[in-house]
Amino acid sequence: MDAPALRLTGIDKHFGPVHANRSVDLSVAKGSIHGIVGENGAGKSTLMGVVYGYHTADQGSIEVDGKPVRIAAPQDAIAAGIGMVHQHFMLVENFTVLENVLLGAEGGALLAKGRARARAELERLAREYGLSVDLDAKIEDLHVGAQQRVEILKALYRGARILILDEPTAVLTPQEADKLFELLALWRDQGRTVLLITHKLREILAVTDRVTVMRQGAIVATRETAATNREELAELMVGRRVALRVPKGSAAPGAEILRVENLVCADGRKTERLRGVSFAVRAGEIVGIAGVSGNGQSELLEALAGLRPIAGGRILYKGEALPAPGDPARAKQARARAIAHVPEDRHRMGMVVAFPAYETAILGYHDDAELAEGPLLSEARATARCDKLMGQFDVRPADPRLKSGKFSGGNQQKIVLGREIDRDPDLLLVGQPTRGVDIGAIEFIHRRLVELRDRGKAVLLVSCELDEILALADRILTVCDGRIVGEVAAAEADERRIGLMMAGIAA
Amino acid sequence: MRAKGELPAWIDVVVLPLANLTLAFALSGLVVIAVGEDPVKAMRVLVQGAIGHPEAIAFTLYYATNFVFTGLAVAVAFHAGLFNIGGEGQAYIAGLGVALVCLYLDFLPWPLVFLLALAAGMGFGAAWGAVPGWLQARRGSHIVITTIMFNFIAAALMTYLLSHVLLDPGHGAPETRRFLPGATLPSMQTMLGWIGVDAPRSPLNLAFFLALIAAFLVHVYIRHTRWGYALRVVGQNEQAARYAGIDPGRAIVVAMAISGALAGMMALNEIMGAHQRLLAAFTSGFGFVGIAVALMGRNHPVGVCLAALLFGALYQGGAELAFEMRGISREMVIVIQGLIILFCGALENMFRPALAALFAKPERA
Repeated sequence: MDAPALRLTGIDKHFGPVHANRSVDLSVAKGSIHGIVGENGAGKSTLMGVVYGYHTADQGSIEVDGKPVRIAAPQDAIAAGIGMVHQHFMLVENFTVLENVLLGAEGGALLAKGRARARAELERLAREYGLSVDLDAKIEDLHVGAQQRVEILKALYRGARILILDEPTAVLTPQEADKLFELLALWRDQGRTVLLITHKLREILAVTDRVTVMRQGAIVATRETAATNREELAELMVGRRVALRVPKGSAAPGAEILRVENLVCADGRKTERLRGVSFAVRAGEIVGIAGVSGNGQSELLEALAGLRPIAGGRILYKGEALPAPGDPARAKQARARAIAHVPEDRHRMGMVVAFPAYETAILGYHDDAELAEGPLLSEARATARCDKLMGQFDVRPADPRLKSGKFSGGNQQKIVLGREIDRDPDLLLVGQPTRGVDIGAIEFIHRRLVELRDRGKAVLLVSCELDEILALADRILTVCDGRIVGEVAAAEADERRIGLMMAGIAA
Repeated sequence: MRAKGELPAWIDVVVLPLANLTLAFALSGLVVIAVGEDPVKAMRVLVQGAIGHPEAIAFTLYYATNFVFTGLAVAVAFHAGLFNIGGEGQAYIAGLGVALVCLYLDFLPWPLVFLLALAAGMGFGAAWGAVPGWLQARRGSHIVITTIMFNFIAAALMTYLLSHVLLDPGHGAPETRRFLPGATLPSMQTMLGWIGVDAPRSPLNLAFFLALIAAFLVHVYIRHTRWGYALRVVGQNEQAARYAGIDPGRAIVVAMAISGALAGMMALNEIMGAHQRLLAAFTSGFGFVGIAVALMGRNHPVGVCLAALLFGALYQGGAELAFEMRGISREMVIVIQGLIILFCGALENMFRPALAALFAKPERA
């Protein structure tokens, strides 16, 4: 039998007090697609960082094709035939595709020769793998899917035989993801090796040959993909049984709470991000907005929460037009009218990481009369509120004085969600409720959202995880390029059809 | 879980500043040796000169009063995420406000003069701070640049006023006439005299207590009011502030106004208390040293008071040192103070990694 394409032995890595990798042994067979799954903070990215030379392991060794290699920097990894496609692309936005591929592999002081050679080689690679991309287009003009192809071309051009992909489908439609997986399969069949890091179990099962599960820095299991299933993998990741889909009865929609008419919204560069969106949300239902990230969902949520000025259309809440958003007081008015908002990016907006939890737990509600004590803001009452919230939402550790940033992603999200639900809103705007949240907490958060619906509240859910939309929404609206391109009832929804709509191909 | 490089609070607040201070003094010792003087003796003179006798202590506290005000000014702005370099100019302009009251309203009863001077000093300083704040909030002009420019504007304006408008004709120097006794702050000597305690003559005056009150109020405002909360949210995360319905622009203007008002209170100590007349360049760098004070005091009012005390002692002890030891000039003393600012301010993170490695316990290992 061939030596494994990549063998890691006893990889150990500390970051200060954090033990990120605990003597990891991993063997990846040549010509296979090997998945690595694990919750956030399980050590997947650290491990790949060690392989690609971003981190140097405290201990352990790396072998490529049976030969020991020393990888101290990404150049060493590239020389050893390892390529990496990052979750956040490493591209120069205002360079062309060709220039990006050339970057760091110019082949001499003068560019002309290297450029000509690169062009020929890239055209060959693009043909061979069906990676069509305009070599002279600027990166900023390309769609994210195409940008990812550039990243892959970069790795191929540098002669990668082992390709590491870190959460490659986060920015893709299901169809684009399928295309990527076809490419990976083709690659494997040519004897190359793929390491796929993801938290989407569906993808692991669809495309890998073997899968390794990491938890708390260590490998807990490696399985033949054919011999495992979602439930087992989820249980291995979390360490206990979890329900992947929360039970949910049918909705009993009541009065209309929110009506959006012809909403138009521009971003900072005056590009229209919403181009006339209309829909309604009724009490007692969850309306899901599906779509690939960057198609106007963020703007929609922010406009509804009063954080973003609108360029046209109107927003009716309980039959009354809300004052035009954009004014700093508008977010406060929305709250006063029982509109709660769980923002898409909790670090950027939903919390203050440097504050103790009890101060994050009153963000936006710091003017509540209930928290005041004369002219002062009562720390005792804020702490008490946080305590209560932590109990109800099972936040761990339940310590209101701990810095907000020190909670895990799931627990941070529980604090934010708890804060917003605790004020008993009539309308909850919620964006990416489980981004960066571990599986155990996802179940909990989903239950809470369904519970809120069952109490007769209106919920508008924006999520880039189609699975999440399918699991929670009663009605699904799909957005593409700032427009709503389709609406389906949850019962009739299927992933393929919504995926096509997300890609802008009429269903 | 503790993030990389983060330390237990007591290390951050006690050990780190002490380590920096020790190193600064050690280096200063080398400098003293280099100029051919005895560092142990120099140290003794410094300490003796700062806290060795009642008069020394009074001078130390008098300087510390200035540093508390300017340190608090920097700290408040910092909580709102702003770097106010303009304490110097704000205090200078505040001096004008104080002087106008003391020169032209001195016929009023003392309590009224005091309150008006306080209000004028704070108001003038607040205005001089709020304008750069407004420029930052509404026009995006960087506060560091504008506050520096405002220092220059203040200096030019005051020089003009003092040499042309407010000048006391009988004087050679650009300064106003002396305030009448009914328009000054009582000195510590006078106040202690009221309760029968004999104290040495010194510039230490009522403003010292104002400084302590200001520190307390700043603490309450920043930590225990919703305005202080809003200000801190803006300083930490402007997006989160918008999300919470807080107007970041307004918070910035308010923070800068408060910061300017605090810097302006320094003028009470100098103009109404110590000099009892308005004179050119009376701020003499106290506004800038406030940055080091705030940095060393971790922007906490208690820390600011302690750091102010240290810098007050250095000023007073340093003056004594230059006077007592022939080899050590006034400039040498400034070098020593500079080293302390360097180590406690600019290089304050130098020991952090080492201390982190020493004290941070591996968790879940």
